[in-house]
Amino acid sequence: MARLIRTEKEIEGRYEEVWIVVEEDALDQWPAGPLEIVGKPAPRMDGYERARGEAVYTADLELPGMLHTAVLRSPHPHARVRSIDLSKALAAPGVHAAIGPNDIPQLVDECCYQGHAVAAVCADTYATARAALSLIEIDWDVREPLLDPNEAVARRSFLSDPRVRERGDADKGLAAADVIVEGEFRTQVVLHNSMETHQAVVQWFGDGIDVYISTQAIWAVRDRVAEQLGVAADKVRVVCNYMGGGFGSKNGPDDYTFIAAELAKRTGRPVKCALTRREENLAVGNRNATIQRLTVGAKSDGTLTALLGEYVNAVGWGGWMAPTDGPMHSLYACANVRSTLYGAKLNLPPMKAFRAPGFVEGTFGLESLLDELAAKLGIDPLELRRINHADHDAEDDRPFSSKNLLECYRRAEPHWERRHEVRARSTETVKRGVGMASQVWYGGGGPPSYAWVRVGSDGRANVVTAMQDIGTGTRTAMAMIAAEELGIPLDHVTVSLGDSSRGPHATMSAGSSTTPSVGPAVRAAAADARRQIEEIAEQRGTPDAPLAEVVALLEDAQILGTGARGPNPTGMQVLTFGVQVAEVAVDIETGEIWVERVAAIHDVGRVINPLGARSQIEGGIIQGIGHTLSEERLHDPKTGTILTTTLDAYRLPTIADVPEIVSELVDEPDTHLTNLGSKGLGEPPIVPTAAAIANAIRDATGADVRSLPISREEMLRALREAESRKSGEQRGAPAAV
Amino acid sequence: MVELVVNGGRYELDAPVGTSLAEALRERIGLTGTKLACGEGHCGACTVLVDGKPALSCITLAHRLDGREVTTIEGLRDHPMVAAFVRADALQCGFCTPGQIVSAVALVEASPEPGADEIRHRMAGNICRCGTYPKIEEAIRTWQG
Repeated sequence: MARLIRTEKEIEGRYEEVWIVVEEDALDQWPAGPLEIVGKPAPRMDGYERARGEAVYTADLELPGMLHTAVLRSPHPHARVRSIDLSKALAAPGVHAAIGPNDIPQLVDECCYQGHAVAAVCADTYATARAALSLIEIDWDVREPLLDPNEAVARRSFLSDPRVRERGDADKGLAAADVIVEGEFRTQVVLHNSMETHQAVVQWFGDGIDVYISTQAIWAVRDRVAEQLGVAADKVRVVCNYMGGGFGSKNGPDDYTFIAAELAKRTGRPVKCALTRREENLAVGNRNATIQRLTVGAKSDGTLTALLGEYVNAVGWGGWMAPTDGPMHSLYACANVRSTLYGAKLNLPPMKAFRAPGFVEGTFGLESLLDELAAKLGIDPLELRRINHADHDAEDDRPFSSKNLLECYRRAEPHWERRHEVRARSTETVKRGVGMASQVWYGGGGPPSYAWVRVGSDGRANVVTAMQDIGTGTRTAMAMIAAEELGIPLDHVTVSLGDSSRGPHATMSAGSSTTPSVGPAVRAAAADARRQIEEIAEQRGTPDAPLAEVVALLEDAQILGTGARGPNPTGMQVLTFGVQVAEVAVDIETGEIWVERVAAIHDVGRVINPLGARSQIEGGIIQGIGHTLSEERLHDPKTGTILTTTLDAYRLPTIADVPEIVSELVDEPDTHLTNLGSKGLGEPPIVPTAAAIANAIRDATGADVRSLPISREEMLRALREAESRKSGEQRGAPAAV
Repeated sequence: MVELVVNGGRYELDAPVGTSLAEALRERIGLTGTKLACGEGHCGACTVLVDGKPALSCITLAHRLDGREVTTIEGLRDHPMVAAFVRADALQCGFCTPGQIVSAVALVEASPEPGADEIRHRMAGNICRCGTYPKIEEAIRTWQG
């Protein structure tokens, strides 16, 4: 039965209270472990079309009469357009339209970061449009940029009000500590750099509009396009059948969609606006830099008495305050926790969600400092984490829907035990060590998401749900769920997705929410279809007849099942957990670091497709290694000019940087969560990687690395610091007798 | 005018100086399996074979290839490497995958049973942001089925 409820909705660590209509999730949980199809490895069903180059991405679309767009973006981090003249650009051969500041809200004359969009030209070809940009006459009033996050905090240049979170009494907790460790940690700006750049093709039909877009969120695009353009939402059709990666950066329409929409309106033609790789490195979001000043207090037995953090998110000109303080509040049972989070507003490109935003950065600081504490206390780091394990959500005093972190720790033991053997392989100049870090993140998903299942007389089923598959393999997971519930072979199921006019609402592909949100709706829809087929079988007096035999009578008739995602469990905290153990080698003469092995054990409830799940874990760890060792968007600290806009300057990991990766999933259904018991896995694997590597470096060398990326300079600095600390200790120590 | 042999078919194209091979393939011939991800020779997504050797089509000028043989992913659709990639789950979003497969085919044509170091060396020019590298290595090791 449908009910209207007020509920908490979480996306990427942001909570909001919303009204939603839910239907009860009445199906019994499947048994744990591999079933007929669910839980067994399956190659992705769209693998061939992607691998063979048949899949049509937005980048491949060429509609009849389509025009191409080039965008003029501010070369200055802070500047005002005194005057702009588009007439010469407009007069150039092949140019069809040009728009400038205030023609649409996305084009501005007050530019607050390098890459802020000012004007756009559309032409027969992209080369023509781009050449026309140089004909735009523009007079800049260049201003002083604000670039330093600490200065922004001092000047109270905030994106939103600072956020203070406290439980217990952190000062008292600190006073009760036997041991206190503190440190300042820094993380850098990293860029999503999805292989397909941000782009859209827009075409008007009367007062309706089609938007083909590389997106993680077709419904968010639909609603925001409808709102800004004043079009009824159902007259906006958003299509994304295949897309070339997002990682959090493609959750909305952005400037390019509105630029294309305006130019399409003016020209009466379909218009593509595709960003170049250089624009992609400026103007489509990033994981913001952070400064984390952390203090941890503990009893000599290892019990945490206080966790304190002052976090500065260098957000840039826009975005939101990612929960860098999140791990501090959710990872451990500590009774006294206080954090202040500042969102520094700067003349730098805006942040966007990037795979577990905030938690990746916050886990690096917290879990690094926890190992410094372990060293100071002389307690084994794994044991220290067990001592402080949270058996319930201490922040809101509620139980977890499920938590198997202790089981993850248990399974990590053999990997952790390797540290003696790994260390023993050190040489005079190459030191080896092992480090670990825990993972906590969201990933429970939630309503609303819907699915339809259609079964024909051929015994095949088609799942219809207007979600998108950003490459995680969710299309395949949905087919597996439907096949399992219907009891038919996997290759008898197809999935139609990626079209807001051809299916019911489904969640965005973000926040590790797709499988836990849409999966239960698909199972419910398949169960609805199966129930109808069973009713028909019963009417015919053959209640035990197989599905294929019953539906064979249908001819052109079809069985239509519908399903909805049920509500999240009331009064429970839904989180994902895990642990990673990293092995590194450090050349103490050059500062070079090699990650040699990473073992990952995660708890995300039921696993639908173990093959795709392993791919997610490997991908997350590899992105984490890039974040830890090589990736950094640099800007000139004086002018704010972005220095890394190409893929030779911005160093993504390659196949040569990949360590041995061993992955394991606890695969225990969360029976409180949904009929499926699955949580999401897109984000958890990237969360602990940086801290596990940093802790392995400490194990290998005794050096405390405090900032990402751990460049050779940072590694050598940390080694020098450790060396001087050691010689200081020797000087202060009593002479040996 | 330039004459290209693409996947065994002959194409006469008007390719002004400055037209890249990638543009010629995607926009003139309509072979969009070759992807453009950076457009300046840094990522490998646009890799094709020119006379059997891997080339970055985004920074290869079409007018210099008169009479040369170009093989794109469309010409390799039935190559066992494609099945090996799907079997090993060596793709996620799939945008870099055609380029990866072209590079991998060039590798195994030259060295049918490459070792891990050889794979890492020869495939390091093809970036995969989803991080499918371990599976790509597996696909190349097992391409013969």
